[in-house]
Amino acid sequence: MRTTRLFVPALVLIVLAVVWELAVRGLAVPVWILPSPSAIWQSFWETRDLIGVHVGQTLLEVAIGVAVAVTAGVAVAAAMDFSPWLRRAIYPLLVISQTVPIIALAPLLIIWFGFGIAPKVIVVTLFCFFPIAVNTSDGLTATEPDIVDLFRSMGATWPQIWRKVRLPAAGPYFFSGLKIAATYSVAGAVVGEWVGAKQGLGIYLLRMSAAFKTASVFMTIAIISLLSIVLFLTVFVVERRIMPWYFAERSEQ
Amino acid sequence: MTLLAVEALSKSFGGRGSGRGDGAVVEAVADVTFGAAAGEFVTIIGPSGCGKSTLLRLLAGLEQPDSGRIVLEGRPLAQARERQGRFGYMPQRDTLLPWRTVLENVILGLELAGGSREEAREEARQLLPLFGLEGFEEAWPSALSGGMRQRAALLRTFLAADDILLLDEPFGALDALTRRVLQQWLLGVRTRFQKTIVFITHDIDEALLLGDRVLVFSPRPGRIAADLAIDLPHPRGEETVLEAGFTALKRSALAHLKL
Ligand SMILES: Nc1ncnc2c1ncn2[C@@H]1O[C@H](COP(=O)(O)OP(=O)(O)OP(=O)(O)O)[C@@H](O)[C@H]1O
Ligand SMILES: [Mg+2]
Repeated sequence: MRTTRLFVPALVLIVLAVVWELAVRGLAVPVWILPSPSAIWQSFWETRDLIGVHVGQTLLEVAIGVAVAVTAGVAVAAAMDFSPWLRRAIYPLLVISQTVPIIALAPLLIIWFGFGIAPKVIVVTLFCFFPIAVNTSDGLTATEPDIVDLFRSMGATWPQIWRKVRLPAAGPYFFSGLKIAATYSVAGAVVGEWVGAKQGLGIYLLRMSAAFKTASVFMTIAIISLLSIVLFLTVFVVERRIMPWYFAERSEQ
Repeated sequence: MTLLAVEALSKSFGGRGSGRGDGAVVEAVADVTFGAAAGEFVTIIGPSGCGKSTLLRLLAGLEQPDSGRIVLEGRPLAQARERQGRFGYMPQRDTLLPWRTVLENVILGLELAGGSREEAREEARQLLPLFGLEGFEEAWPSALSGGMRQRAALLRTFLAADDILLLDEPFGALDALTRRVLQQWLLGVRTRFQKTIVFITHDIDEALLLGDRVLVFSPRPGRIAADLAIDLPHPRGEETVLEAGFTALKRSALAHLKL
């Protein structure tokens, strides 16, 4: 079951690559318009020593940005939970803030914070903060009042109720937010770098495309997707580790 | 000896400043007075919405009464905080924690009371067979049948409380067959523990089969319409419900229920 689930899309991917390769060769498409998969692989192999530093830079921005987003998102969700007034004030603003195109903010951040790592981290944080804050907040709202009552009847203190009920109950919500955030985060860093940077996949992408090195552009895009997938899977694995009960429950149904 | 005394307890919901908005006042419990002796099994029966759960929530320290007193071992417990942790309360809805295994669920009360977790686990493990949960200590609650879940919740309540259990329709959500099995099981378990039990049900047969006494509640506002001693001999089994004494009690309880 598991293997066929992975096997079928992998097969489709391979077939697509083969068709692509044959079409590009057969029709003699110039490499600067559409490189073949083998040309893309070749460009990776030739620049493999060079690309590492860009991957490292982007991952660093992602790591800091996600860490800040998790801290801030959980803090804001908890604050909204403590005060219904705050919730009514903040929650709609959070949703409305999502209509602002973050791409448009990136140049502003450069003006304010310069060309260093800060504006990139901020863009990643902006991408990741919303899904984490909103999901965690929903998760805290979803606590079963009956379970809280049970704890109160046993004389539990509020810190105990938070630690033993509210946080575990919000766990699945938090992780679905984190999975969305992980998927967005690399794209966020690339957007941040796009506007101006010394290193990183975003600026590398820009340089390659300016030089009409189309094969390298494709390769960079592939690396960006791959990083996003790896991050998503990492969160998924951690989630399974921390909440085995949740997956047992879902497979039960 | 009276272990628990409930004196003229009343509780209303709604009205101004309650957040309900419509301002209507719902009188849930009205002037309820009863006592429970140590080791006694008191069942409470009444129509839906008559305030049975509210009575237990008042006892468990989850609500404050408008008037009246709750006296435990001769000491009035005026503040909700004083009552919390004193009773083994089992809510009407299923409240096993899905993120804890059966064993970690049942030790919850002991854990919150601040004892050693390892000792709590040991104590729980010894009771697992009696509660039909042997071999399931590491299972997630989602893997249990309805009857097992209720037995796990009951074990948790047993372990949490020193002496008084407040059980809110523990078998209410089970199918008829499972319920009868668990009734017989509870009758058996009961003889092995010195627990005082207040047991809510909406099933007359269950109330009469299990209890030493049954309190019949009137429709809302919940008052005690009748306080009947159930002098049926133990052990009680499947046949008890067919005996003449049982039928007579049932007739009397039905008359007071005025359905
Ligand atoms: N927190 C609350 N706020 C407002 N009204 C409440 C609250 N709790 C209970 N009530 C009302 O009090 C009445 C009694 O409720 P309660 O849950 O005690 O009834 P019950 O006898 O347990 O019913 P059932 O057999 O259906 O469980 C109901 O009308 C209910 O709507
Ligand atoms: Mg009820």
